[in-house]
Amino acid sequence: MSGDKILDVDRLTMRFGGIVAVQDLSFAAERKKITALIGPNGAGKTTVFNCITGFYKPSGGAIRLTHDDGKVIALERLNDFRIAKQAKVARTFQNIRLFPGMTALENLMVAQHNALMRASGFTFLGLVGAPVYREAEKHAIDLATDWLKRVNLLDRADDAAGNFAYGDQRRLEIARAMCTEPALLCLDEPAAGLNARESAALSELLLSIRNELGTSILLIEHDMSVVMEISDQIVVMDHGVKIAEGSPREVRNDPKVIAAYLGTDEEEAAAVMESGS
Amino acid sequence: MNTPSTNTTKPATGIRALLKTAFVNALIALVLFSLMVGIRTEAGSDGQLTYWTRFGEVASLVAAVFGGSIVIELLRQWIGSTGAEKLVPAAVQSGMSFVGRYLAPALLIFTLLVPVIFYDQRYILDLAILVLTYVMLGWGLNVVVGLAGLLDLGYVAFYAVGAYSYALLATNFGWSFWVCLPLAGILAAFWGVLLGFPVLRLRGDYLAIVTLAFGEIIRLVIINWQDLTGGPNGVSSIPRPSFFGIPLDNSDNGFAARLGIEYSPTHRIVFLFYLILALALLTNWVTIRLRRLPIGRAWEALREDEVACRALGINTTTTKLTAFATGAMFGGFAGAFFATRQGFISPESFTFQESALVLAIVVLGGMGSQLGVALAALAMIGGFELFRSLETYRMLVFGMAMVLIMIWRPRGLIGHRAPTVYLTKAQAISSDLVKEGHG
Repeated sequence: MSGDKILDVDRLTMRFGGIVAVQDLSFAAERKKITALIGPNGAGKTTVFNCITGFYKPSGGAIRLTHDDGKVIALERLNDFRIAKQAKVARTFQNIRLFPGMTALENLMVAQHNALMRASGFTFLGLVGAPVYREAEKHAIDLATDWLKRVNLLDRADDAAGNFAYGDQRRLEIARAMCTEPALLCLDEPAAGLNARESAALSELLLSIRNELGTSILLIEHDMSVVMEISDQIVVMDHGVKIAEGSPREVRNDPKVIAAYLGTDEEEAAAVMESGS
Repeated sequence: MNTPSTNTTKPATGIRALLKTAFVNALIALVLFSLMVGIRTEAGSDGQLTYWTRFGEVASLVAAVFGGSIVIELLRQWIGSTGAEKLVPAAVQSGMSFVGRYLAPALLIFTLLVPVIFYDQRYILDLAILVLTYVMLGWGLNVVVGLAGLLDLGYVAFYAVGAYSYALLATNFGWSFWVCLPLAGILAAFWGVLLGFPVLRLRGDYLAIVTLAFGEIIRLVIINWQDLTGGPNGVSSIPRPSFFGIPLDNSDNGFAARLGIEYSPTHRIVFLFYLILALALLTNWVTIRLRRLPIGRAWEALREDEVACRALGINTTTTKLTAFATGAMFGGFAGAFFATRQGFISPESFTFQESALVLAIVVLGGMGSQLGVALAALAMIGGFELFRSLETYRMLVFGMAMVLIMIWRPRGLIGHRAPTVYLTKAQAISSDLVKEGHG
């Protein structure tokens, strides 16, 4: 499994009081690949996500992100917005967090805040209508339009995001994360609540993000059809520890994974895993 | 006057249901008023308790509730439940949208002409200046509450900082209004940042309480720092503003003498009117402009969802601070204007009531809407004057009017939100989707 790692999680531990949510978890995500983090409910997947994206400060361990230019950033030392701003890690949320009262286009414009702030001379140049800023704004609108096209929402660009159907909101949230031009895209259950057709469209979108833009993706997902189809590598967690790691094929046939997912009834487990193939 | 049968899923119709609702309401009124109004007690001449009954008044009150319930119920059935399509006939609707489109420019033109139309009515000019001061304060607070969604109950603190900055700089150093005006704004913004740093980690109710306390602290400091501020006596003989260096007075090199026209004290009032109008329009222009810049969009995004903002790499602390500082700066400008208009300021002008009034203007106007805030300021300040003849009942009428407006328009006079950028067509966003902010 040696390759060009973008994310290296080393002995990550997260405690909440006496509860150990994640213990000594180590895994790596490869550059320009899709890595899936799966496991039963309560396994600690979202906690890992929150540690990587700076919403939690890990109790122990290291999370290293290596940019394309070789710069290494210790994510556990950055916090809050800096992970998105400096380390270029973007994320979506399990329960969608769009700006419901703003239009789809505005949502994507907010995502480009830091670039636009610099272009607007921290507001002062923008206030007087400097051409530099107007150019940057046009560029930002172009990028947003491009993403609306990719997620098939261009005709709804001027509608309030809160009015969108569930599946459309999921796609818009991914587009918003991508508008930050991230090095690593973290998706927390992007297929939750989607029907079969929408899931297929999502898989296609994620593959195109990987293939065309070369963005590395880390995702948490329960929908096995999505996970098995698009993942290059899968990390399986249960009770805060890693129980398996490998290609979709390896993981699917791992008895420990099957046991973790469905108790010990291996026959039933095998049936579910098959359905995802 | 309460109508307990607000059954929206299956509206009660028919004369029977109507009478039943009215009867229940009348019964509640009877229970309430029989003791509160029906029996009057007073200390007699020797200190003993005397009482007498006033059943006539009770009867008329209950009858009023009975009649009122029927009227309200009929109105409710005519208007329909909120969100119903049949609300208003199409003709009225198109008329309203026509009015909506031209209301703001028409209001602006009318405002520009006010000193011409009411030149010899000093009372109206003074009232107009007062209304415009509150329009400006409302627009300033709108940045903090309406756009960034930060509930600020201590806005008057920045108004006070601005007023005292001008008053003290002008009386102690003799600096002109035009030098002090930006300084007052900068100082108020500075205090906004100073307050913001420790408190902006708080959210919602907690933020509201701390800002409330900050407003009181500033007022108490002003009262107690007697050497500097004159304490409760205030600062008097604050210089009047000049027309860019030319005094607006009766002297030989005054404004009137230079133009060769007869001096009139109204000149100064008219000048003050246009001064506050210019300041208010500046506030409006800057706010509209900021909304379309990344900083303004970040404010609104912060109101919508703070966690998502952080995930997008937006520094929420500095974003909140800039909102606070911008709002405070406009409050400071308004304060400097207030000081130069009054010529005298004291801590009494900067009580919590002012903060509450400005906040009420913002909420009533529709948080985030510039036109709504202006209309609300006109209604609140102008309307309050309108009811002056009612004397002590003024507050009662006023409170009732506010309750009615908030029932009719829970999200303010203008509740919808206009997008800041669009590809093909800007369409208003319904108030149901727009968040109010949570801290």
